[in-house]
Amino acid sequence: MTPLMFKTTVAAAALALAAAAPSQAQTADSAGIVRKMHQAFFYQGESFRARVKMTLTSASGSERLRELTMLRINTPASGGQRYFMYFHAPGDVRRMAFLIYKYPAREDDRWLFIPALSLVQRIAAKDSQSSFVGSDFTYEDVSGRDVEADAHRLLREEDLGGKPCYVIESVPKGAASYQRKVSWIDKAVFLPLKEEYYDVQGQLFKEFAAEEIKEIDGVPTAVKRAMKSIKTGHKTVVEFSDVKYRLGLKPEEFSERALRNPPGSWIR
Amino acid sequence: MKRAWVLAVLFLAPCRPALAGSPEWHGLVQANYASRLGTTRRDKPPSGDFLLGEERLQLQLSGSAPKGGAGYFAKTDFFRDEVDGQADVEVREAYLSCAKGSWDLRVGRQIHTWGVGDLLFINDLFPKNYAALFSGRPMEYLKTGAGGLKTSFYSDPISLDLVATPFFEPDQLPTSRRFFVFDPFQQVTNRTESRPRHDLENTEFAARLYRPVLGFDAAFYAYRGFFRSPSMEPDSMTAPTTLTIVYPRLSAYGASLQGNAAGGVLSLEAGFYDSRQDPAGDDPVIPNSQTRFLAGYQRSPWTDFTAGLQYYGEYMCRHDRYEASLPAGFPKQDRLRQLLTLRLTQLLKYQTWRLSLFSFWSPTDEDYYFLPEAAWRVTDELTATVGANVFGGAGGTTFLGQLDKNDNLTFAMRYEF
Repeated sequence: MTPLMFKTTVAAAALALAAAAPSQAQTADSAGIVRKMHQAFFYQGESFRARVKMTLTSASGSERLRELTMLRINTPASGGQRYFMYFHAPGDVRRMAFLIYKYPAREDDRWLFIPALSLVQRIAAKDSQSSFVGSDFTYEDVSGRDVEADAHRLLREEDLGGKPCYVIESVPKGAASYQRKVSWIDKAVFLPLKEEYYDVQGQLFKEFAAEEIKEIDGVPTAVKRAMKSIKTGHKTVVEFSDVKYRLGLKPEEFSERALRNPPGSWIR
Repeated sequence: MKRAWVLAVLFLAPCRPALAGSPEWHGLVQANYASRLGTTRRDKPPSGDFLLGEERLQLQLSGSAPKGGAGYFAKTDFFRDEVDGQADVEVREAYLSCAKGSWDLRVGRQIHTWGVGDLLFINDLFPKNYAALFSGRPMEYLKTGAGGLKTSFYSDPISLDLVATPFFEPDQLPTSRRFFVFDPFQQVTNRTESRPRHDLENTEFAARLYRPVLGFDAAFYAYRGFFRSPSMEPDSMTAPTTLTIVYPRLSAYGASLQGNAAGGVLSLEAGFYDSRQDPAGDDPVIPNSQTRFLAGYQRSPWTDFTAGLQYYGEYMCRHDRYEASLPAGFPKQDRLRQLLTLRLTQLLKYQTWRLSLFSFWSPTDEDYYFLPEAAWRVTDELTATVGANVFGGAGGTTFLGQLDKNDNLTFAMRYEF
């Protein structure tokens, strides 16, 4: 038996088993939907670049801004991704650059370049649920959470803003910042339109919304997204502009050179 | 002269868009003060109760060629030093850069940093300003620029940085002008400084070869130049009347490794310092050759909190000869000097507050240094920082122990545009 035939047989057997056990089938389906959502939201188009504007608004209404350029490339061989972020504003982070190597089943490698000291610093990446640059988004919200880290269940199917959606509940298998997450995933494009995060007391504490979706280079893209912390009233709105997919980059270009001396075409 | 300016402007004006792809102006205004804590002694250093009092304007100008491949960056500080009662200009960085294929070239005054230590430097032998650190100036002022050339070559198997610096810059250490410091030749006031001359043969070379190895960042380093901390050379060991401050020749070789391990970041670094003017180790004026090493571990046990621990050692070669040649009455260094550091950082309120503590403690020198700090980002532009520098030790002659009477409270406010 060739390896391919073996795989096919196993897959067929798994499908047969799944069909025999409806509750399991539903679980498998929901993980499949979440996997598709991941593909549509975090992995589209081999590589990607966008100018990102983050507006952080506190409960009292005071605003802070973060402006950065984000590049991403998928590394299909390892199933991982590489991210490069270059900060334009505010002043204290200007010219700082951030490099992340993401792997499917182990901790990220993360490096930060501090221009005033000309220092490339490796940073501890254990806590993927830390806030990303002081916003309501966590690192995980920006680059995706391992699909296998949660148990997924299809709750129902319903329309949200006129769009048919799958409503999926995800419960972390290990420790996480939330106890339960409910996602509304667009059936047509598989982007998450809304996510609700519940804490140990079962209370809603964080809410995500894809506020504007545009098709760019043939890829449906959430160009405006918001995360609101219900308890503190703090809110972050992220707007993407100059979005481009399939840039013809190489994974090797996501390197120390890019941190210290990013190519002009990357960061304009 | 005026006509030359007008001509230059007329000549350059039409070229401006072509010359400058996107000139960008930024900078900051900063007020920065450090006052002694609890010292009421009469024999204060000339600076009085203030170790630091200054107002500063920094201007940054940068740009790049519209089609990429070339750029420039300049950062200059204009400041008034209240303690010295004078105003001055400091060119922090000014360089031109060019990228071609796998090569990057950078020419001009620039800051270099490498190695994996946190405020501990083994293979990073570029100029530093410890007086800035000890008097509560922002961390970026720990590093000073030096004029020279940096070439980088990048490739998959291995990358290389080569830095050539013909203009020697010493480290800036606390001096008796502003600090209480230990001086073994206190009575000798006739002093001259003899820096390595700006001769081509005195050009310093620093190199780094690096590549990833099994998920770790591995690097090798080499340096040929001078000790950046001065040595004091008396005309006579027994009855000195004049002192010459010199910077002996140094070569260094080392390696480092850094990567993820046990849920955090593990750092290892070592280097051998070859004291070229005292290979036998029997000249009491010139430092002996040494092996320096460090191991560090950093992790984030909970959200927005990081803890970092380091162990550092300096092992002196030919300690027996050092002991034998050391004149009577001089403080003696141990064969192995050890240091432990701990850094704790907590970010709060959507990272608008940063509380941090950095501490050095040496079990062999029996001295310590604590650096607590609270920084508040009032707005995106404005940051206020309050901190302290607390020194102490069993003896008044060790590196940190000598600073015992210099405990200070620092305040900085900065607006960035």
